[in-house]
Amino acid sequence: MPIATVLLAASPELLAARSQMAFTLGFHIILACLGVGLPSIVLIANAIGLRRNDPVALLLARRWSAIMAVTFAVGAVTGTVLSFEMGLLWPVLMGRFGAAFGLPFAIEGVFFFLEAIFIAIYIYGWRHLSPRAHLLSGIPVALSGLGGTFSVVAANAWMNQPGGYVLGPDGRVSDVAPLEVLFNRATGYEVTHMLLAAFMVSGFLLASTYAAGMLRGRVDHYVRLGFLIPFTFAALATPFQAVVGDVAARSVFQDQPAKFAAMELITTSGPNQPVTIGGVLLDGRVVGGIRIPELASWLAGFSPSTRISGFDAVPAADRPPATIVHLAWDAMLGIGTALLALVAWFALLRMRRRDVATSRWFLRAATMAGLASIVALEAGWIVTEVGRQPWVVYLVLRTADAVTRAPGVQLSYALVVVLYSGLGLATLLALRTMSRRWAREDAMSEGRVDIDWHVPYGPPDGRPDA
Amino acid sequence: MTAVQLTAVILWLGVTVYAVFGGADFGAGIWDLLAGGTQRGLRPRALIADAIAPVWEANHTWLIFDLVILWTAFSGAFAAIMSTLFVPLTLAGLGIVLRGSAFAFRPMASRLRERRLAGAVFAGSSVLTPFFLGATAGAIASGRVPVGNAAGGLIGSWLNPTGMLVGALAVATCAYLAAVFLVADARRREQVDLERYFLRRATAAAIVAGALALGGIAVLRVDAPALADGLLRRGWPLVLVSGLCGALALVRLQRGTPRGTRALAIGAVVAVVWGWGMAQYPDILPGSLSLAQAAAPAATLGALQIVFIVAALVIGPSLALLFNLDQRSRLEGHGLGHDSPASRGS
Ligand code: HDD
Ligand code: HEM
Ligand code: HEM
Repeated sequence: MPIATVLLAASPELLAARSQMAFTLGFHIILACLGVGLPSIVLIANAIGLRRNDPVALLLARRWSAIMAVTFAVGAVTGTVLSFEMGLLWPVLMGRFGAAFGLPFAIEGVFFFLEAIFIAIYIYGWRHLSPRAHLLSGIPVALSGLGGTFSVVAANAWMNQPGGYVLGPDGRVSDVAPLEVLFNRATGYEVTHMLLAAFMVSGFLLASTYAAGMLRGRVDHYVRLGFLIPFTFAALATPFQAVVGDVAARSVFQDQPAKFAAMELITTSGPNQPVTIGGVLLDGRVVGGIRIPELASWLAGFSPSTRISGFDAVPAADRPPATIVHLAWDAMLGIGTALLALVAWFALLRMRRRDVATSRWFLRAATMAGLASIVALEAGWIVTEVGRQPWVVYLVLRTADAVTRAPGVQLSYALVVVLYSGLGLATLLALRTMSRRWAREDAMSEGRVDIDWHVPYGPPDGRPDA
Repeated sequence: MTAVQLTAVILWLGVTVYAVFGGADFGAGIWDLLAGGTQRGLRPRALIADAIAPVWEANHTWLIFDLVILWTAFSGAFAAIMSTLFVPLTLAGLGIVLRGSAFAFRPMASRLRERRLAGAVFAGSSVLTPFFLGATAGAIASGRVPVGNAAGGLIGSWLNPTGMLVGALAVATCAYLAAVFLVADARRREQVDLERYFLRRATAAAIVAGALALGGIAVLRVDAPALADGLLRRGWPLVLVSGLCGALALVRLQRGTPRGTRALAIGAVVAVVWGWGMAQYPDILPGSLSLAQAAAPAATLGALQIVFIVAALVIGPSLALLFNLDQRSRLEGHGLGHDSPASRGS
């Protein structure tokens, strides 16, 4: 049974290191998505506000930028921990391959530096910069989020499809080809898929709070706009996400057969492979689940005669834990399909010029979309990362050989779990406090947007301006 | 200059900038810790928060920059340091999380108790983080980090006189830098009493840091003779410059004429960091790994240099813009939903 072999073969220290890495990455990635997606959404609202002279859009932009300030700060500190962990947990990976796949991280450093600088200018510049200069200062924030994602995910893609270097007999890397490292075989689809995921997560998550607001009975221009801007943004990304995901799946089939076998629960190599929905792998046999005959072969090569290699083609010690990978894969696909349906529903409502606020079932579904896209995001990463096991660099370096020899990882893992739980709770509490404060403000102004103190670009509040 | 040397210089510049700006940032948190009860500490704490809010994230990005250069250009050294110094670096990493998030959350806490908790976490981790980073520096400089995967002492490598000395010195230096910076911040905001408040603290911190540095030489001679030797034989001009800058700054602070003290304080820190660099050159891990041995292949260093050039071209002006706007007070009135009458009233 592959899970047992993998788990038993691993020392508790290795298990702790993997869990700590997975936990902190899984945490960071949610904030990272917001860091990539929110700036664009804020800028859209900001631009709409300026162009249509709509104080409500400006108010939304300003409030969202306050949310962005919080999530960015938490994203930055959790990202810093990840940089530490690359060395604290995986010194052999970095010691041996830092000279090759360290480069994308160096590029990432530049982008995140820019993002940190301009996010400060944007957030702290609402009152004192001219509207135009202020809007412009937001553009580098959005762009550097994209660039940062490209570089980090290129590093991850390299772990899945390493290349662009020669490993000498002394175990040292030579002949590094930086462009081949950066643009490896997995970079294209992983980066695009991740960017779209970031747009979906930020858009659906933000929109879902306003959908909930409408369900609770608050329906005005503010809530409608607050829903429509982020929801439309995420909806536009959704169909592309399915297409890119499909490309990714076929590339994994070509380049990472063991991962693909785990995703589709394929035990014996051959043509006419079915898709199994649900189900687990027990003692090398697929148990449970619904089978759709020949579909996997169809999807992988557009014909039932497409051969797919199964677990029998992979040495037992080199198999990833199939059940986890498979269930995560099903979860991502299921949610991706459901979101696609939701977006089609939205398009239909809009085409018929129906007000989204009047369709309670649509709003109910939309409130779920935010959390669902986060689940899909995490599931996708589980497919990628657990599906690569037992390798940290595919077919080159085993996770077990990369881990630190320092004792104490179990303790640091425990500390990290406690600390991050507190951090997650504090983040949620802070966001709730902010939203309650805004609700109070809105109640005081009785739904009117009071130009005097709501409009961000309003007259300076008595403070000497420069 | 060879590509290896150039990369090492850039790494060291990154370390220096982090020591100055990251240091001042940590130091501000230390003064927050020492500002006393809620009422008494209200105004100094407000100044501290106001002064570092727009710049703290950018200040700490230098650390990332340093880590990334180290692991790309000198991977073997990175692996050795991160594995042998697992304990202090784990604690420093967690300190950074605690500090940054507490700082970000504090203005949002609506109840006094929550705000106190966030404040305590922010201030406490402002002391612990530089201490552990300093202990790390002490362990590296004293040659206690051998090549390999956790090949050095997990505890002994940093829990020793040199590690503790450098840790304490780091904390004192951060406090000193911050106090000097805060004097200028108070002056810019025309808060005369706070200017005097931080002037006194800058003086105290300067005395403590100076005493630690002087006494430290004796400690190093016993505990890390090779380092002491390097500092006094090769690094001595820089050690001297640092001492002079420190002494001069102290005199000016004593006289209550703070002009120029910022430059002097920065000079003192820069000189110490480069003195350390001189002392262990050409080794990156003294006694066990030279820069040349650890260096990545030429293509990697070449690519890194391109990244540096781009970084200098885009980050330099952007940072200048940020600091310029900040100094001209264009970035106050935080965007955190705090400046509407409704929230001000509550
Ligand atoms: C909003 C989130 C989201 C949604 C709705 C989807 N995905 Fe996804 N998927 C991710 C978020 C994600 C991700 C960001 O978590 C991953 C992990 C690594 C990556 O590049 O993207 C991922 C990985 C990933 C992989 C593995 C790539 C690898 O291991 O290299 C495949 C094959 C797919 N996805 C396929 C799909 C398909 C066919 C979808 C169709 C509906 C889909 N994904 C929807
Ligand atoms: C984009 C950059 C990323 C890099 C460089 C990276 C790197 C790593 C490394 C070094 C490990 C440990 C070695 C291993 O287990 O293979 C790991 C494991 C893991 N990562 Fe990633 N990762 C990235 C993104 C993510 C994200 C965003 C997630 C989100 C959840 C994630 C989830 C995991 C999981 C679940 C594991 C544990 C796999 C296992 O041991 O079974 N990764 N990653
Ligand atoms: C798919 C994976 C990842 C994505 C898309 C991503 C994206 C981001 C983004 C957008 C930020 C800006 C902060 C924010 O918006 O919250 C950020 C911060 C950061 N990330 Fe990640 N990240 C990923 C994985 C990683 C990994 C694996 C590492 C390190 C090994 C890392 C290191 C950092 C660091 C150091 C920062 C802080 C930068 C600063 O100080 O501004 N990230 N990340």
